[in-house]
Parts: sequence; structure tokens; C-alpha cells
Amino acid sequence: MTTLDDSNKEKIRSVSVDLNNDASLLIDIPDALCERDKVKFTVHTKTTLSSFQKPEFSVPRQHEDFIWLHDTLVETEDYAGLIIPPAPPKPDFEGPREKMHKLGEGEATMTKEEYTKMKQELEAEYLAVFKKTVQVHEIFLQRLSSHPILNKDRNFQIFLEYDQDLSVRRKNAKEMFGGFFKNMVKSADEVLISGVKEVDDFFEQEKTFLLDYYSKIKDSTAKAEKMTRSHKNIADDYIRISSLMYQQKITRILIYTHIVVTMSFVSLQKVEGRVASDQELKLTELLRYYMRDIQAAKDLLYRRARALADYENSNKALDKARLKSKDIPQAEEHQQQCLQKFDKLSESGKKELTSFKGRRVVAFRKNLIEMAELEIKHAKVRSSIQLYYICFIMCTNELQYAWGICKILCEQI
Amino acid sequence: MADAARDPQQDDTGLLELEDGEDLFPEPGPGPALEESGPASLTTEDLSTNANGPKQASLFDDDPDDLFAEATEEVSLDSPDRDVLLSDGPSPAITPMTPPTSVITPRIGHAHDDMFTHSSFDEIEEEDGGDSFDIHISVSDPEKVGDGMNAYMAYKVTTKTSMSLFKLREFSVRRRFSDFLGLHSKLASKYLHIGYIVPPAPEKSIVGMTKVKVGKEDQSSNEFVEKRRSALERYLMRTVKHPILLKDPDVLQFLESSELPRAVSTQALSSAGLLRMVNKAADAVNKMTIKMNESDAWFEEKQQHFENLDVQLRKLHASVESLVLHRKELSMNMASFAKSAAMLGNSEDHTALSRALSQLAEVEEKIDQLQQDQANADFYFLSELLGDYVRLITAVKGVFDQRMKTWQKWQDSQMMLQKKREAEAKLQFNNKPDKLQQAKDEIKEEIEELEMKVQQGERDFEQISKTIRKEVGRFEKERVKDFKSTVIQYLETLLQTQQQMIKYWEAFLPEAKAIS
Repeated sequence: MTTLDDSNKEKIRSVSVDLNNDASLLIDIPDALCERDKVKFTVHTKTTLSSFQKPEFSVPRQHEDFIWLHDTLVETEDYAGLIIPPAPPKPDFEGPREKMHKLGEGEATMTKEEYTKMKQELEAEYLAVFKKTVQVHEIFLQRLSSHPILNKDRNFQIFLEYDQDLSVRRKNAKEMFGGFFKNMVKSADEVLISGVKEVDDFFEQEKTFLLDYYSKIKDSTAKAEKMTRSHKNIADDYIRISSLMYQQKITRILIYTHIVVTMSFVSLQKVEGRVASDQELKLTELLRYYMRDIQAAKDLLYRRARALADYENSNKALDKARLKSKDIPQAEEHQQQCLQKFDKLSESGKKELTSFKGRRVVAFRKNLIEMAELEIKHAKVRSSIQLYYICFIMCTNELQYAWGICKILCEQI
Repeated sequence: MADAARDPQQDDTGLLELEDGEDLFPEPGPGPALEESGPASLTTEDLSTNANGPKQASLFDDDPDDLFAEATEEVSLDSPDRDVLLSDGPSPAITPMTPPTSVITPRIGHAHDDMFTHSSFDEIEEEDGGDSFDIHISVSDPEKVGDGMNAYMAYKVTTKTSMSLFKLREFSVRRRFSDFLGLHSKLASKYLHIGYIVPPAPEKSIVGMTKVKVGKEDQSSNEFVEKRRSALERYLMRTVKHPILLKDPDVLQFLESSELPRAVSTQALSSAGLLRMVNKAADAVNKMTIKMNESDAWFEEKQQHFENLDVQLRKLHASVESLVLHRKELSMNMASFAKSAAMLGNSEDHTALSRALSQLAEVEEKIDQLQQDQANADFYFLSELLGDYVRLITAVKGVFDQRMKTWQKWQDSQMMLQKKREAEAKLQFNNKPDKLQQAKDEIKEEIEELEMKVQQGERDFEQISKTIRKEVGRFEKERVKDFKSTVIQYLETLLQTQQQMIKYWEAFLPEAKAIS
């Protein structure tokens, strides 16, 4: 059982801004249980709304339940003009698990210290992945609860309240096939969206912007992920080096400078490791999240484009009907419906996209500031460590002072 | 000096008990007294070190070695050196001033057979009229000479010195790589078998040199030349730091004379090269078959020590090489992220955010450059140093092997002597009087020769043992100095990198805050 207390959650909440502020409906995920591949989230709700049976309650939910909720929202016609918050990605422990496996295999070739250290690092990595997945699921729910229209959705309420297993309502095989089909249609949408004649300047601009931005942000996300992996590799190297230096036999080489150097490598490793995970949270997560969010915005544009195409088709059908003098009232009604739908989509779409932009800018600002502050903090820590050590080696010749003070310094990191 | 009070303390520190198998960093830490010592006592210590001049400093440099003397009987707890220099924490009497004078004299007069018999060394140096070691060699200006497969790189070797050994104070010559190898092989043939640790020359690299010969003016061949230049410089400095090697005529000729006979036997693919390989193989076989009765525990322990050191150094070297590689990867990934972020910034329609993203891209690019420089520092300082020491340890092990060979020779002559004596005894019982006298005389001569040989063998063995002890002591001392200065330089580069990073991020922060 891994419990995240409030202070921890504040720290890790990186991409969400201004969520969960409305006291009428407060949602969080106070803890989660990880069993092999499955993660069981405890969704906790506190509400003053009368639509719920109780003012406070918790339910266990699995990742698949979240996906179900997302998909039902997407398929709801009424919400076609809204940006549906992106579904949280599946919990992926493959990375640390593979590393853990490799570590187990290589145990024989390592020293005890090295093995212990690497194991600790892996456990920290595992924990980081775990925290991240909890955060992402939490943000999804909080986006829903903050949205004036979506938070009234019936399925959302069921999700929060229904104290039985939701699997009954989840996708069965037919619906899954439907989902697959839906994806195929989406790629046709890409062609559609670029082909359709846009009447509205605002949407024309948005379309161009979002398509371009999406590909750029996808690229940046991938590159940022590579960077953090490199950082982790370096941290692992420092672990190996420092554990080698710990070994008795090697003390002969550097003698007291060895103590100092070992300590500095150990502390460097701690800092590098921490940089890797902090950078991960700030920059990479930010980029990753907004990549998905932009996809959701694009989906809105697709739906609107489809509605526009439907409207144009209905116009053509009406003209044909008038020509043939047959079924005119149906055609007229159909055309009216299409027009209404299209107008409704355009109106809400415009609102959604504008607030989306504002949200994005605010989130980027917050994250970039936090990232820069963290980088500065870490660089300062690292440089003060190094400064201490240099002064040491140069000033001290007495071994025991070096040892004692290094130990104190190391504990402060 | 309250010896009695100190001695039990020393045992508690745990620092002195560096017998194998004990962790230098016991988790609870050594005596609590240490942490209280703090900066205050540090400064007094510091002052004392400086106040007493260079001799004092060198004395303190020896300390770490002293503290970690393996065989406890060699540096007894009662030795005056130890008491003075191991002032423990809470006692305010670090008494820096008075001890030095009382300590210096006994050191020079030390007759006991510890690994730091610097006494004889000190004497030699003092006899030379106090010609302090002041020589600096640099290898620079690599120039390609010639064309095609016969091309080679010529390096400028500049010596700056004030020592009376040399005719001039500053002079330079041009040398090529095979000249260095030639120097090493001459020195090795002269000094290895009597127990001197001759620093090994940098390794040949057929692939690397071929690239240069072929004329590829690219990054990797430039790096190769730079790596080699740096290695040659370190090689020469190590060679001249050895007081005996410095005076060797071959070394002097190498540094001073403008023309040097080509060292042909250093070519990899030559008869000499082949011969060398055969000899190496023969040596390896011999090593396995020689079973020496080690009467001296010091040697046994030292050999074990160097074996372990070899293994550990190689592992450490491999890890540092991996670090260098990963840092280069990081720099590459940062560069590509920077480009991507710049594109993202261009695509962003919110002006302030767009500007911030472009700034972010710039920062990442600058930091990528920093990381690259850091990778180079990682490499040149740590990795190459470790590589040098891996090779040096091999040379040290070689010297121990030479001692074994010498012992073997001695034993062989002894066995021959034994045989001859038995033969002589047999002759006594021979009843052929006419042949007897002649044979007896022959054998007597042979026995006399062999007796001299045995004596010489014994002397050689003793001499090489003595030399090795000195050499190992000098080696350990040099090693500490070497690592210490390299580590300082390395940490300085790390420090610079960090401070630059702080500057860059601090410049970026207002841009991020400016997003509205």
C-alpha cells in the first residue's frame, strides 16, 4: 500500500493548475495499491451537491474504469463541442521491471554495496512511476470535476459513486471493435479536416496552429524523454563508481583524497538522480500532458469538421430534394438539425479552445519557473559540494577531519 | 605529548585498522571525537602546515601512507611520527609547532626496514647538492610529416628546467611516437631487471594511426592525436620524476639532442616485435612455474595488494569510460532537444510563451556545450589517469616478477654449486690417482666460480629487494600526489560547470516569470 500524503501531492502536482478548487465537488486519489500489473486506485470524493447520495465517499477503481469513463464521454453527442480531457495513459512499470530483472541477473557480478544501491535506485524509480500514474489519473478526474458541463455527467457520477465493480458496464468485445473502427475513422478525419473549406477565421487559425503545434510538441516530448534517460544513466554510473570506491581494496590508491572523492561522487549521484526525476516531472510530464491535451483539442476540431461536412451534405440533399420536389420537409428539417449542431459545436468549441489556450500558457509558465528554480537549486548544491571538497583537499592533511566533515556534508544533501 | 592518552584513541578511530576486509566507512562512523573537531582546529592545523615550509609539507604528504601502513609492526604506534601527526579531535593540543623539529631528525636516521626507507633516498638527494626537482616537460604542436602510409606525427618536446643536469634552461626537440617507444624499451632493458619501476609508454594504435596517415581531418582523428599528445606528455613527466631515470644518458639524449637514431625495433610488425611477443609468452610460462619461498611477508603482501589494485582499477576505469560515454550522449540529446524546443517556440502563438520557449532552447543548447566540455574533463582527468595507472600497475607487477627471476637465478646457481660439491665429494672416493688431481683441480675451479656466482646471486637478490621496497614507496607517494592533483583539477572543472549552469538558469528565470 503506498500512501501519498498531502505535502507529497502538492509537490508532484505539476501540470494541473487551478483544479480542485470548487468545494462543491472535491476529488482526489489518496492512495493506490499496486498488484503486479494492476493498479487499484482509491477515488475519494467530498461534495456538497445534492445529486450525490452521501457527502463523502470512496470507491476502488481500476485503470480500465477510467478509460471507460473517457470513452463514454467522447461518444456522448452532447459533448461534441467540448474538449474531453485526455484519458490517463496505462500504468507502465515495464521500464523499472525490466531493469530490476537485469539487476537480479547481474547480481553475481556486483559487489554488495553496488547491488544495494542500484536496488534502491530502482525502487525509487518504481515509486516515481507509481506516483506519476496516480497523479495523471487524479488530474483526469479533477479536470472533469472543474468543467461546468462535464461534471454533471451521469456516467461521471456513477464512476464516483457506484460502490460495486464497474466491469459490467465496461467495454465488451463489440464496443472494443467499435473503438478500433473509430480510430480508423479518425485518420480519415485528418484528410477531411484539411480538405474542408473553413468559413470561420478563428477556426482556420486554430486548425493550422494546433496541427503544427502537435507535431512539434510530440517531437519535443520524445527528445525530452531521451534527455532524462541520459541523466539516469549518468546517475547509475556514479553509483557504480562510488560503490567501487567504497571497496576496501581501492582505499590504497587515493587514501584520504579517496574518501573525499567517494563522498563527492556519492553526493553527486544523489543529486544527478534527483535531477533526473525532477526534470522528468516538470518538463517531460508537462510536454507529454499537453501533447495529449492538444490531441483532444484536435478531436474537437474533427468533430466540428464532420458536422460542417454533414451540414454541407444536408444542403446538397435539400437542393436535390427541391429539384425532385420530393421529401422536402424532411430534408429541410435535416438541414436545420445539421446547422444547429454545427453552430452549437462552433460556439462551444470557440469557448473551449480559448480557455484551453489560457490554461496551457498558465501551466507552461508555472512549470518552466519551477523547473528553472529546481535546476538552480541543484546546481548550487552541487557546486557547494565541490567547493567544500576542493577546499578540503587543499587545506587538510589530517585524515580524520576530512572524514568527519565529509560525512556531515553528505548528510545535508 | 600525552602518548598514553592518545594511543587508545587511535585504535578507536578505525582509521588505522585498515586491514583487508574492513570497511573504511563503518556506518556509525569512526570515533565521535572526530566530528567535533570542526573548522577551528582545522585552521590551526592549516597555519602550522604552511608555517614550517616545504619540508613540513612533504612530511605531511607522507602521513596518509603512514596511517595506512599495513604491517603494524613496521610503523609502531609508539613511533614519534605517528603521535605528532595523528592529533585527535577533542584535545586542543594539536601542537603544530614543536613536533616538526623533533620528528625530522629521527626520520632521517631511521634504520628500521619499513616501506618508507626514504632515508637512503634522502641521502642521495642531499649529496647532489640540493638540486631540487625542477623540470617541466610539455609535448605540443603535433605536425604531420610525410605522406601516405609512411607519414607520421612529429611532436615538439619542450623542456624547461633549472637543474644543473642540463646544458640549457629551456630547449625543445622534435620527436615521433616511435622515438618514445624506443626510449622506453632502452630504459626497460636497463632498469627493469634490477627492480626499478619504469613507467610504461602509451600504447600503439594501428587503427588510430592509420586514420591519421590516410589524412582524415575529422573529429575522431583530431581527438586521437590530442589523446596521444597528452599521454606522451604524462609519460615523459613520469619518467623524469624518477630520480634515477632522470639521470640516465638515454633520457638526457632524448630530451636534448636534435637528432635521434630511429628506433626501428619498436615497430609492431617486425622481427623485433615478434621476438618481444615470444619473450612475453615465455615469461608468462616461467612465472607460473616459479615457486618462490617468500621469506619476506612484506613482498607477499605487496604483491597481493597490487593484484587487487589491478582488478579494482580496471573496473573503475571501465565505469569512468561508461560515464564519459553517457555524458556525451546526454550532450547530444540536449542539443537535439534544444532544436526541438526552438521549433516549438516558433510554433507557439502566445508571444511571451514563445519567447520563453526559445530562451529555454538556448539555455539547453549552452548547457549541452557545458556537458560536452565536462565529458572531456571526465575523460582527460579521470579516465586517462586510471588507464595510466592500470598500465603502471602492470609495470610494478613486472618488477616483482623480475625479483622472482633473480631469486630463481640465485637458486639455480646454488643448486649447481650443490651438485658440483657432491661431484667433488664423489671424486674423493675415486681411486684413479692420475686423473684425480686434474679432475679435483677442475672441480675446485668450478666450485669457486659457482660460489662467487651464488654470492653474486644473493647480492643481486638482496639489491633488487631493497630497490623494490624503495621504488614501491616512491610509487605510492607519487600516486597519492598524482591522484590528489588530478582530483582537484577535476573537481574544479565540475565546479565551473555548475556555476555556469547557475548563471544560465538564473538568466532564464525572469523570462519564464514574464509569461503572462
